[in-house]
Amino acid sequence: MRNLFIALALLFSGVSHAADVSSSEDLINLVKQDCGSCHGLTLKGGLGPDIRPQSLSHYDIETLSTVVLDGIPDTAMPPWRPLMSEADAAKIAEYLLQGELK
Amino acid sequence: MKWLGSAFLAVFMAASAQADNIITTGDLGLVVERASGSLLLVDQSEKNSIERITGLGDLSHASLVYSPDQRFAYVFGRDGGLTKVDIAKREIADRVVQSGNAIGGAISDDGTLVAVSNYEPGGVRIFDAETLEMVADIPTESKTIGLVDAPGRKFVFTLWDDGETWIADMSSGEPQITKITEIGANPYDALITGDGRLYITGLFGEDGLTAIDLWNPEPKPIRVLPDYGRGQQDLPVYKMPHLEGWARAGREFVLPAVGHHQVLWIDGQSLAETGRTDTYGQPVFAMARPDGRQVWVNFAHPLNDTIQVIDTLTKEIVHEFKPGPAVLHMEFSPRGHEVWISVRDAGKVMIYDTRTFEKTGEFEAESPSGIFFTSRAHRMGL
Repeated sequence: MRNLFIALALLFSGVSHAADVSSSEDLINLVKQDCGSCHGLTLKGGLGPDIRPQSLSHYDIETLSTVVLDGIPDTAMPPWRPLMSEADAAKIAEYLLQGELK
Repeated sequence: MKWLGSAFLAVFMAASAQADNIITTGDLGLVVERASGSLLLVDQSEKNSIERITGLGDLSHASLVYSPDQRFAYVFGRDGGLTKVDIAKREIADRVVQSGNAIGGAISDDGTLVAVSNYEPGGVRIFDAETLEMVADIPTESKTIGLVDAPGRKFVFTLWDDGETWIADMSSGEPQITKITEIGANPYDALITGDGRLYITGLFGEDGLTAIDLWNPEPKPIRVLPDYGRGQQDLPVYKMPHLEGWARAGREFVLPAVGHHQVLWIDGQSLAETGRTDTYGQPVFAMARPDGRQVWVNFAHPLNDTIQVIDTLTKEIVHEFKPGPAVLHMEFSPRGHEVWISVRDAGKVMIYDTRTFEKTGEFEAESPSGIFFTSRAHRMGL
């Protein structure tokens, strides 16, 4: 079972599935590199909007986690639920809102 | 006689001194190091990098074009920076920050104008290639995508928010704009064919693509594959495909599908579908080897460690391999004997023989993304 988790973790570029919580370093890398595909490496926006903390201040962690997990219908924002746990989405939301992750 | 000997020696020395100063750029290229804001100057014959040029700002999603003499590169940074790099002197020649948020550019067929596509503020700005002074500002009130050069000192680009394609004719010095509406919902990228005739736009907001025949004096949108995804559940798109590395293989075009793990084949004349090939993931680039015999495909996160090679005669996958984590870009040598691949999270550029599929070289690079060989200088739309 543990091997399966490791295999899944590798498969999903270090972001684990199920209830596993990924390291902050891996999540920050995911945000910069993969969210950055649309939102820019510095998150100030690209085809997708600016998602720096000052632009997201109207969100709470729970709502933002839901956006990450389920996407926004009829926009280019995809659901990330197939690729990450709810715990990881919450950590990503925290990182986006605060600009850092402990 | 002694005098003659000296003369010979002098001529010989002058010639060799001159030889040392000759710089050739035809087999060079630049690799974007996206996180560190630098470029690697690479030598295709040496299969290695020969210089790092720093100070180019935010290079995420950066691209570049070359001057006709293959001496200068114009680098389009995400932060709106337009940097002119002298690859003969291996240094930055000039740099302006022309907008807040940019997404690529193009150089005119005569090499005198450089255009930049901007997200914020949305529009296209056109600069003198010599001085980088702005010569035209074309606001669109929309994010602009798919900016290419077209014959006759024209630039063509498309509006993500409004689904319009604009043709900016710069032949008189002032932009003459032709607007073509009803391109489709959320066009995400576009390409121009090597003959400068067809401009093909990929759509995110609906199935299919839209073609425009630029040889038509009054171009109209032509729907291509309007129902390729019908009846299928769209898959999440974690990275938009690129059409710039469009593939023309013989008589057909090969294009990445959006929201489906497929590449699509269309006839180059009728634009009718001629086939589909199921792929390992959501394709990002589908690039034809210059002879058109193979198409190399890479994929979006989380399947971006893999490349598949498709034989264009059979439309079947003939080779699959995993160069490493985060394969971002591929560039063929001008005659296609090898392909250079940037593997971002391995911190390497890898070189493969396209016939044996064997790795023939690799070198270090910091988070490499786009690879651009100078041979692009002489190809339309690149």
